[in-house]
Amino acid sequence: MPQDFDAIVVGSGISGGWAAKELTEAGLKVLLLERGRNIEHITGYANALKAPWQLPHRDQVTNAVRGEHPLAARDPFLREANADYWARDAECPYVEERPFYWVRGYHVGGRSLMWGRQSYRWSDFDFEANLREGVGVDWPVRYADMAPWYDHVEGFAGVSGSLEGLAQLPDGRLQPPMELNCVEKAVAGRIRDRWAGARRLIIGRVANLTREKEGRSACQYRNKCDLGCPFGAYFSTQSSTLPAAAKTGNLTLRPFSIATRVLYDRDRRRALGVEVLDSETRQVTEFRSRIVFLCASALNSAWVLMNSATEVWPDGLGSSSGELGHNVMDHHFLAGATGDPEGFDDRYYLGRRANGFYIPRYRNLFGDRRGYSRGFGYQGGAGRIGWQREVAELGVGAPLKEKLMGPGAWSIGMTGFGETLPNHRNRVRLDRGRRDAWGLPVLAMECELGENERLMRVDMVNDAAEMLEAAGIRNVKPLNMEYVFGQAIHEMGAARMGRDPMTSVLNAHNQVWDARNVFVTDGACMASSSCVNPSLTYMAMTARAANFAVDAMRRGDL
Amino acid sequence: MSGGAPGIGRREAVRRIALLLGGALVASDAILRGGTADAKGPAEPFTQADRDLLDEIGESIIPATDIPGAKATGIGAFMAMMVADCYSEREHAVFRDGLAEVDRACMSRFGRPFLAATPAQRGAVAAELDAQQAAHEAARAKDEPAHYFRMMKELTILGYFSSEIGGTRAVRYVEVPGRFDADIPYRKGDQAWF
Repeated sequence: MPQDFDAIVVGSGISGGWAAKELTEAGLKVLLLERGRNIEHITGYANALKAPWQLPHRDQVTNAVRGEHPLAARDPFLREANADYWARDAECPYVEERPFYWVRGYHVGGRSLMWGRQSYRWSDFDFEANLREGVGVDWPVRYADMAPWYDHVEGFAGVSGSLEGLAQLPDGRLQPPMELNCVEKAVAGRIRDRWAGARRLIIGRVANLTREKEGRSACQYRNKCDLGCPFGAYFSTQSSTLPAAAKTGNLTLRPFSIATRVLYDRDRRRALGVEVLDSETRQVTEFRSRIVFLCASALNSAWVLMNSATEVWPDGLGSSSGELGHNVMDHHFLAGATGDPEGFDDRYYLGRRANGFYIPRYRNLFGDRRGYSRGFGYQGGAGRIGWQREVAELGVGAPLKEKLMGPGAWSIGMTGFGETLPNHRNRVRLDRGRRDAWGLPVLAMECELGENERLMRVDMVNDAAEMLEAAGIRNVKPLNMEYVFGQAIHEMGAARMGRDPMTSVLNAHNQVWDARNVFVTDGACMASSSCVNPSLTYMAMTARAANFAVDAMRRGDL
Repeated sequence: MSGGAPGIGRREAVRRIALLLGGALVASDAILRGGTADAKGPAEPFTQADRDLLDEIGESIIPATDIPGAKATGIGAFMAMMVADCYSEREHAVFRDGLAEVDRACMSRFGRPFLAATPAQRGAVAAELDAQQAAHEAARAKDEPAHYFRMMKELTILGYFSSEIGGTRAVRYVEVPGRFDADIPYRKGDQAWF
C-alpha cells in the first residue's frame, strides 16, 4: 500500500469518521488508521438480529467474558450480545491511581457503534463560562463559530428532537421528535405548570432517524442500537461517515494499526506523518502526510501526543504549556430520583423507544444562583418493566407465571448529568513501567470530583425528587449512587484548546501549538465540559477543523 | 457502582439505571451474579440426574398452564449451564448444595424425594423454600451469597421468559416493531411485550 498521503486520521470513531469524510470529500487522499479489527456495516453486526433465545446465556455475562473484560464488567453496559465490541482489558490495561472507568471500543467505528446517541448543542453559557468565572482557560470559540458546523453535522448525521427555543440548549436542524409516553407527558405538564416553563421535560434529542435519509431507514424501535443497526437508523461511522468517505475514492482504511507516535521534524516544527505498529504482525511502518488528525478518543489522543516525546519535547508533542494530559473531565451522574406513577395502569405503549426524556439545565441561569457554578441536565424515562422486574414478593407457581406475563406497574426515574470543572490536578500520564500486550506504555489516571461537583450533586438529587413529587409521583426515592470518574464515558480534556500557547495545547482551530499540521478534534480538545452529552460537539469541532485545514492547505499555509 | 447506594441492591440499582437512561442503555439485570474470573475454579459438573431434578424444580416455579411451563424449555440444562458458566465458585457451591437441600425439604415434609413427589407436593415445597429465600434475602449481608432457591427462581424466570416458548407465548416478542405507539390502552390480562 502507498505510504504517502495528504492526511492521516488516527481513529475511526465519531470524530475520526467525520475527519475522514470531510477531508476525502475535499479531495484529499486520506489514510484512516484504526487500532482494532474491521466491523462491516450490517454484515459485521453478529448479534443484531438475534432473538433473545438465540443468545446461549440469554445476554448474561459469563465468567469467560468477565475474564476478558474485568474492568468493563464493573458496569452493566457489558452484555453477552455486545461483549465483542468492548476492548479486551487484559490486552490494554491502565493504572487507576484513583478509581477510573475507561470504557473503550477498539474496532472500526469505535464507540460510535455503542454510543448513547444523545445529541445536544452547546450554548454561549458553556463557551463563556470559563472566562466569566476565571476557571481553566477561555474557550477560543463561541457559539457563533460553532453554529454553522452544528447545522452541518446535524443535517448529515440525522438528529431527531423537538424545537424548544431555549437559549441554553439551542435548537438545530432536527428531524421530527420521538414521542414521550403518557406518563412522561403528564409529568412534563406538571413540571411546566409548577415552574412556569423555567424547567422543562422534553424528549431526548437523539441521533436516531425518524425520517429515512440517504440509504438509511428510520428507527424501527428495536432498542438494540448498541449491537449495530442493520437499518442504519442511528448515526455511526459505519452507517454514515465511512460510506461517504469511501464513496470519494480517496479513502484508505487500515485496521489493526496502532498509531504509536507522530513523527516530528524539529527544524520545521511540523509533523511528518505517523508511526504505526501493526497489531497483528507487529511490523512498524512510517506513513507520511501533510496533516495529521488525532481522533483516537480523548485519552488515547493524549497518549499518542505523550508517546511522541522527542528531545525537543521530552514530555510529548504539545507539552510546552505543561497542560498536556491535564484537565481531564467527565460528567458526573447517577444522582437523581425514582418513583411510582399512579393512575396509568390502563395505559401501555408499543415499540422499544431507544431514547428517554431530557430536562435541560436551569441552575445558575437567568438569575438563578446556587452555591456552586455551572449546572446539570437530567436524562430519564418512564415505563412498565416486564418479567425482568424484581420478583421478591411474587411467590411461585401459576400465580407467579401469570403475574410476570403481564407488564409491571409504571415506574419513572432520572439522573442528572453534571458539568465537571476543568482542574489541572485531574490528569493522565504515561506509566512507562507498565506495558500493554504490544509493549507500549500504558496510561495512569488520577482524577477525582471536586467540591463544586459534590455541592451540585446535592441539587441533582433534591431537585429530581422535588420535580417528581410536584408531578404527583408516589413513593419518590432519592437516588445517589457511587459515581466513578469516567463512568459516564464522556471523558474529555487532556489537550485543551485555548487562546494562549502558554496555557493550552491546541489553538482555536484544534492545531497543536507546537506542530500546526497536527489537529486534535476529539474529546481531548475540550476546555470545559458543559453538562450536555459531548459527541455532537466533537462532530462539529472536527468538521470545522477539517475544513479549516483544507482551506489552509489550499492557501499554502499548511 | 460496586455495591450501589445504601439500601439499594446492585440488581435493583442496575434495573433503575436502565430505566433512568430511558432505554438508551439496556442493562440485562436478571442475574447479576458471578464473580471475578479468578474466583472461578474447577467445579464438579452437573449430571443428568441433577438436570432432571432442576427441570422439576423449574416446573414447580413456572408450571405448565394453558401454555407450557419451564420444563418444556429445557430449564434444567439451562440452569446447569448458567451456573457453570456465569456463577462464581462460591455461588456454584451454594447452588449445588441446594439440590440436596430441595430433596431434604421434600423428604422431611412428605417423606419422599422431590422427583417422587406429586406436582402439588412439589409446589408446596417450592413455596416453603421461596419463603426461606425471601427471609434470607432480607437479612443477607452484602457479600454473602444469595439463597440457593433464589438462584433457582431467578434462573427459571430468566430461562423461561427468554426462551422461544416463554418469549413468544407467555409474553409478546416483536423483533422489529417498526414504530412507537406512545399511548395505547392496556386491559388487564394483556400480555407484556418482551
